[in-house]
This record gives sequence, C-alpha cells and structure tokens, in this order.
Amino acid sequence: MRGLRAIIARDVTLAFRAGGGSLPAVAFFAVITVLFALAAGPDLTLMSKIAAPIIWTGALFATQISLDQIYRADREDGSLDVIVTTSGELALTAAAKAAAHWLSTGLPLILATPVLAILLNLESEAYLPLLLSLLIGTPGLSLIGSFAAALTVALPRANLLISIIVSPLYIPILIFGAGAAAAGAAGAPQYAANLSLLGAATLFTAVIAPIASAAALRSNMD
Amino acid sequence: MDRADSTAAARLFSARFCAEGVSVSRGGARIVSNISITLEPGDVVILRGPNGSGKTTLLRAFAGLLRIDDGAIRVESAHGSSVSAPVDEPSASLIYCGPQNAAKAALTVDENLRFWAALYDAPEGALETARTAFRLEGYADRLAGALSTGLFRRLGLSRLVLARRPIWFVDEPTASLDASSSETFARYVEDHRAAGGVAVIATHDAFDIAGARKLRLAEEQAA
Amino acid sequence: MPSLYEFANPVLFERWARPAIPWLAGATALMIFAGLYYALFNSPADYQQGDSVRIMYVHVPAAWMALFCYSVIAISSAVGFIWKHPLADVAAKEAAPIGAGFTFLALFTGSLWGKPMWGAWWAWDARLTSVLILFFLYLGYMAIWRAFDDKARAARLAAILAIVGFVNIPIIKFSVDWWNSLHQPASVFRAGGPSIHPSMLPPLFLMAGAYMSFFGAALLQSMRNELSARRQARLERTDVKAASTLVEQ
Repeated sequence: MRGLRAIIARDVTLAFRAGGGSLPAVAFFAVITVLFALAAGPDLTLMSKIAAPIIWTGALFATQISLDQIYRADREDGSLDVIVTTSGELALTAAAKAAAHWLSTGLPLILATPVLAILLNLESEAYLPLLLSLLIGTPGLSLIGSFAAALTVALPRANLLISIIVSPLYIPILIFGAGAAAAGAAGAPQYAANLSLLGAATLFTAVIAPIASAAALRSNMD
Repeated sequence: MDRADSTAAARLFSARFCAEGVSVSRGGARIVSNISITLEPGDVVILRGPNGSGKTTLLRAFAGLLRIDDGAIRVESAHGSSVSAPVDEPSASLIYCGPQNAAKAALTVDENLRFWAALYDAPEGALETARTAFRLEGYADRLAGALSTGLFRRLGLSRLVLARRPIWFVDEPTASLDASSSETFARYVEDHRAAGGVAVIATHDAFDIAGARKLRLAEEQAA
Repeated sequence: MPSLYEFANPVLFERWARPAIPWLAGATALMIFAGLYYALFNSPADYQQGDSVRIMYVHVPAAWMALFCYSVIAISSAVGFIWKHPLADVAAKEAAPIGAGFTFLALFTGSLWGKPMWGAWWAWDARLTSVLILFFLYLGYMAIWRAFDDKARAARLAAILAIVGFVNIPIIKFSVDWWNSLHQPASVFRAGGPSIHPSMLPPLFLMAGAYMSFFGAALLQSMRNELSARRQARLERTDVKAASTLVEQ
C-alpha cells in the first residue's frame, strides 16, 4: 500500500509540475471545444444541443494526449525497473498508475467542464447529468488508455498507435456516457439505465485493464 | 552513517543467491548461456566483459527483470545452519541499480529519496543514512534535474543504501563519478559485504574492490 | 491420429497443410459458383427490396466471417500466449488480414445494400456500426504486429490485445445496439432480418461455406509463406554471435 500511494502521489505531483501532463490536457480540451464551436457556427440553439457530445469527445481526446507518457517516461529514466521489481502485484501497480492518470487529467477536465459548458450554451438542467457521466466514465478512459500505454511502452513513439488501439475500446463508455448526459438533460427515463451501464462498463474495465496492463508490461521488459 | 558503526554491526544479512544453468535470449538471439553461480553472504563479484557480452542482460535477468529461457534463480536464507530455505519473495531481497538513475528530474532530491523509500519499504532512518552516505544533505530541496551528472549518479546509487536489500546488482556504477565519489561507493560496497550482503557489479573501468571475485563474460567456446 | 501438439510442429504442419490447400481452394470455387448461381437466378426477390436483396448473400456471410476470424485470432492468441506454440502465433497473425478483408467486404456490401434501402450509403445501422468497430479492432491488432521488430514480443503483445478486444466485443455490441435503439429504431438488418424464405437458405449457406474454405486455404497458404520467410530470415542473419558465459579471471 505504501508503494501504491507513493506512485500515485509522485505521478500526480509530476503531472502538475513544469513539463507535466495536466495543463496541456486542459488546454487541449479547451482548444478542441472552442474550435468545434467555431466550426459549428454561432447558432446558440444548435450549440446547446451538441454541447454535451462535444464535451464528451473533447474529454476523450484530451485524456489521450498524455497516455503515451504514463509508462514511457518511467521506462526511459529507469524508474519502471524499480516499480516493477518492488511491486507485489503488478496489476495493482498498473491500477495505481491509471488512478494517477485520472487524478491528473480526468479530474482537471471535469473541473474545467462547467466553464466550457457556458461557452457552449449548455442548458442549466444538463450540467449535473454531464458532470456525473464524466465523473463515472473518465476513470474508464484512463484505465483503457493506460493499458494501451503499457502495450506500446517499448516503442519510441506511440501516440498514433495508441489512438488506434483505444478508439474501439472507448466506444461503450462514450455511448453510455454521452447517452446519460443527453437523457439526463431531457429528463428521459433512460438516464438511470445509462448511468448504471456506464458504471458497469467502467467497473468491468477496472478489472480487465490492470491485469492486461501487467501482462503487457512483463512482455515489454528488456 | 559512521563507517565504524556499520562494520561493527553484526551480519545484518544472510541471503544466498543461486543461479543454475541460466540462459537468456533477447530478440530471438541467445545472449548469455548456461550461467551457474552461487554467492554466499559477503561475496562481491566484479563482472567484466566487452561491449555486447551481455553484462546488463545477465544482471537484469538475475534481478528478475528479464524472462530466462532455461535454468533457475533462487534466493535462499543461509542462516548458519546447513539447511537453507528459499526466500518467499526473492524480489524483496534484491535491488537492481541500472545505468540510469531512476530519478525524476522534476522532483527534488528529497522527493526522489522519499519515493524510493516508500517503494522499497525502507525502514525508519534509512533515508537519513542514504542521504548522508552519498553526501546529498546540502541538496535536499534541489531539483534532481539541476544536479551535475556525478551528483545525479550519487543520488541514483543512494538507492542501494536506502533499500537495505541483501543482494545488489549494480550496472556501471562509477562511469560518471569522480575518484573520490568512486572511493565512497567502494567503501559502501565493503560495508555491505561486511554486513553479510552480496553484490554483483558490472563495470568497464578500473573500479575494484579488494578481495572481490573477478568474473568475465566471454564467448562460449564450442565444446 | 496425431495429437494436436504434433500439428504445432512446423515440419508436420507443412506436410499436411500443402496438400490441403488445393482441396480447400477447389471447394471454395465450387461453392462460390453454386452459391452465386442460386443467389442470382434461383432465389426469390424480396417483395419490398426487389433484386437488391441479393446483396445479402455476399454481405451476411462476410459479416459472419468477420466475427469468426476475430474469434480464431483470439483463440489462437490464447493458445500462443499460454502454451507458447509458435504456430498459434503465426495463425493469429495471418488470420488478421483475411478477417479484415471479410470485414471490409461486409461494410462495403452493407453500404451498397443500404443505398437503395435508406437512400444513403451509410445509415448508422446497429449491426453495420458494430462491424465497423470490429474493423477498427482488426486495424489495432495488425498495427501492433507491424510496430515491433521482435516477433516473439509482438506475438505476446498482439495476443494480449486480441484477448482484451475479444472480451470487449459483446459489450461493444450491446452498447451499439443500445445506442441505436435510442436513436433509430427501424433497420433492414434487424434481428430476424427481412423475412427469410426457405429458398434463400441454400445460397446463404453455400456462400458461407465458400468463405470458410477460402479462409482455410488463405490462412494455410499465408502461414506457410510466413514460416518460410522466418526460416529465411534466420538463415540470413549475420549479426548472430556466440552466447556469452561466465569465466573466472
């Protein structure tokens, strides 16, 4: 436990230091949202309709840009060796790495969401469903993403490969997440079902991804 | 740590390291083959060999970082008696210190030390000892990225003292160290040995420890 | 009867795979001619869809094969990962482009079929969308193989990805159905499909049989090619040096 806590604390600290991944993720999120709005045109009714889907896809891309570094930075400076040899159960360590990624990118994105939602003219009753769906769904994105990072840790660059790997795996979370946000805003009866399915998808990922990440990391040691 | 202290300290460690017929491949090619060695408490090995002879591969395999094709690696407790029991979790007895320092440039010296202390589950006071041993006291709040190469290496090597593991695998420890830092490092290897520790040190330069076993990795002669 | 393990031996593999390929190829040709004959001339036109329903005989078996090939990849991957059979790894690797081909065929014919039905080349039908996502899974799997030079490592990593993808397929499928049911209820490809007349079954199964035997022939042939390429690469390696061992100084 002491080791897992230290890994999370260190990764979060690094993400918020100069050169870390948190600020770029939030900035990228904001830029995507604004560009999307500019492309769609200043029609406020249209905008409020597509606000939640834009924010969901924006969050999805913004969590992707820092995936590449989850394990690669540790591998390059040798600390992955320390982490692998000292962790009792590598899958738990992988879960801690994913948790750190969520704390340093997923959570800041959620905190930035209300501001961007104002720009997109999101209706006031849509805020809570959107934030709740992001809160339940983004941990799943970090888990899947950290698995792709573990698979590609031995390659010099892998951003493109990571996006190809994660996009089909992200789909259930995107569908249930954006679905929950839309149903909640419309007061539709599928709101609760969407949220439960979203929670189930994230939990399922929380079981599979750390085990698969551990297997990938072991195969990538050299 | 006062040096006299540690020498006087009774043998802290009693682990024996055994490798039997170990072979390791990388990228489909056999790098080292049929390596057998037993290291009793207090044994220090200086490992030499030309570039590409597989020193790093062998150390990483010993430390459990590489899959081995054949053979077995064991850590046993060598506690006085002739009966030796295998240690439950070998990785808890080993530490591997590679050519990289495993330190984060964006963290301070102390933050790096505390991170390692948590991962290696170092006992109370080990951090203090490591900091003093590698003369890092004055740099506690300095970012590791701002250290000179030699100081950065000292920080990396301080893991060895911090972790308090009986078996050390060290790859090129002194490549970027000046003469006095090399000497300091050698002293700590001797202390480790006096405490009953085991160390395998791969090196290119003239680094030496009196009384160490000298081994060489060389191409296998066709029998 | 040789055991399964003996088939994993590349020499034995060559011994039974080579003669099997012409038989499979012949069966493919026969079934495809018969199947197309039935499909085009000897099956009823749909009362709503007219002759365009005949695309179904190419499309539906291709969609079946898309899923079947991915299952072959996942199972071979599990065998290769757990028992380290090199032939299982090769089978998984070589099944991927063939499976991706079937997936593409299913998408392409689905789009062709959709044009007269929906008036659009693509209509986010649930089944078609699932097949599209399956295509992305194939792309990721093949990209992993291409990214690593070290074949042993690529095999392990690709196997992990294939298994993760495979366990996710039911979830992806469910989520797409769910999404589709909220947005667009009606579909040509809905469960049960357009009512299937018994006379539609022979061409459907003949085409499925043709695809199956084609898959068998193509898989065996590309496995043979891959194995001989690997043998060649091993022979041509110049950087091989003797392994090191420890000597006392």
